[in-house]
Amino acid sequence: MLNIQGIDVYYGAIHALKNLSLDVEQGSIVTLIGANGAGKTTTLKTISGLLRSKSGAITFKNHDITRLAPEKIVALGISQVPEGRRVFSTMSVLENLETGAYLRRDKKAIASDMEEVFTRFPRLLERKKQLAGTLSGGEQQMLAIGRALMARPELMLMDEPSMGLAPLLVKEIFEIIKEINSRGTTILLVEQNAHMALSIAHQAYVIETGEIVLSGSAKELMNSEAVKKAYLGG
Amino acid sequence: MVEFMQQMVNGLSLGAIYALIALGYTMVYGIILLINFAHGDIMMVGAYVGFFSITMLGSNVFVALLFAMLACAALGVLIEKIAYRPLRNSTRIAALITAIGASLFLEYVTIFFLTPEQRVFPAEAFPMHQYQIMGLYISNKDIFIIVLAVVLMVLLQYIVKRTRAGKAMRAVSLDQEAAVLMGISVDKTISFTFALGSALAAAAGVLIGIYYGTINPLMGIIPGLKAFVAAVLGGIGIIPGAMVGGFLMGILETMVSGYGSSMYRDAVAFGVLILILLIKPTGIFGRNESEKV
Repeated sequence: MLNIQGIDVYYGAIHALKNLSLDVEQGSIVTLIGANGAGKTTTLKTISGLLRSKSGAITFKNHDITRLAPEKIVALGISQVPEGRRVFSTMSVLENLETGAYLRRDKKAIASDMEEVFTRFPRLLERKKQLAGTLSGGEQQMLAIGRALMARPELMLMDEPSMGLAPLLVKEIFEIIKEINSRGTTILLVEQNAHMALSIAHQAYVIETGEIVLSGSAKELMNSEAVKKAYLGG
Repeated sequence: MVEFMQQMVNGLSLGAIYALIALGYTMVYGIILLINFAHGDIMMVGAYVGFFSITMLGSNVFVALLFAMLACAALGVLIEKIAYRPLRNSTRIAALITAIGASLFLEYVTIFFLTPEQRVFPAEAFPMHQYQIMGLYISNKDIFIIVLAVVLMVLLQYIVKRTRAGKAMRAVSLDQEAAVLMGISVDKTISFTFALGSALAAAAGVLIGIYYGTINPLMGIIPGLKAFVAAVLGGIGIIPGAMVGGFLMGILETMVSGYGSSMYRDAVAFGVLILILLIKPTGIFGRNESEKV
């Protein structure tokens, strides 16, 4: 569904992604794990069109999206839940969700998707009129996920959804990711919490200083000595 | 008391004009963190478009307002595209200097084509009637200015709060990157913001023509600066702040002229700016938070 073929991304003189390739198969959960600063967020930003690759190609459902404007990429069906949630703090929960459906015109379907988000996240329904900035970290993460869902994405890019959340909430968020996937949305998940990510993913890639150093099925990587040592704490 | 109320009425109509101009400053600042120093001159262009549509096309005040607002919306969008957009990722000082350049450009191109002479805004376009209500002299000009400004502000609030484009504006001003991820086009949203702000300035320009009776190519400078102070007073980037700040500036100015001397009017206006910057730099409605990066 998504195919990244040898992309190179620079921040000024810094070579942030080096000839990076990865594949995301339709219907799967793929995770990209690695340390802080390895290039995980850069990868997602490049897919979304916020950053540009100097070489290589990114294709999504047979469209070349390498140089497409970010809004066109969203329109094709790729949504992102950005790192640090990035909800619109002085807009209400409802307005945040409406913003997620910005490119859609199908009012009825939007309303029913909104219902669905509220059923999935009842706490957001309770806080519908509240400003997003007043929500707790976990609620903001749910809002960020709900907001991305409102675009009806076929592929959802998730950047560190567990960041800064209590362990119990992390579990809840990962359950939600699994459920969203089971309803047909493909997911590319970037995580520092390698253990949790590998436990729900089908495929996995390990990134180090801008390069993919390992890839395989999540199960394989979970049992790989190198991954255990570097990312699973033993 | 009657004297005070009379000054209040005068202050409200002047304040309504300042508020309309201040809104453009604050909206543009809110979205691209730029003080658009050409904004007062866009107001001046609006006054001229209104003037010519009355004198040459013989239109009434409402049609003149409409023409002025449409022309200036287009002008604002054009200035942003040509002058500011190429500098979007440059330093803020570069954009600021460009804004001063755009301001001078508008002033002197107008002088070049239309001479520096002031023109008398046709009085017959808006025949004045004065009413005496409980000892107060209120003219239909005051009423027209205040009502029109309030209607435009309500309309603006509706656009910003309720419409899709307004939500996009708020989203971009809160977090540009996150807004892009929602599929919002930043370029289009910034253009829309300039169009809205410039249209309001144009309305203010026509209202100044009606209020003072004359217009000239440099008329945008002082009201522009005062409206800027008003926007800072209310809290730059905050829409209700610009409205309140504008009215406060207008009232303050007429009070100073009425009870003190009109010679001190402008000094007091800029004294206010110094005071805000010393006491509460974020303005009346501003929250004390570190600037977003």
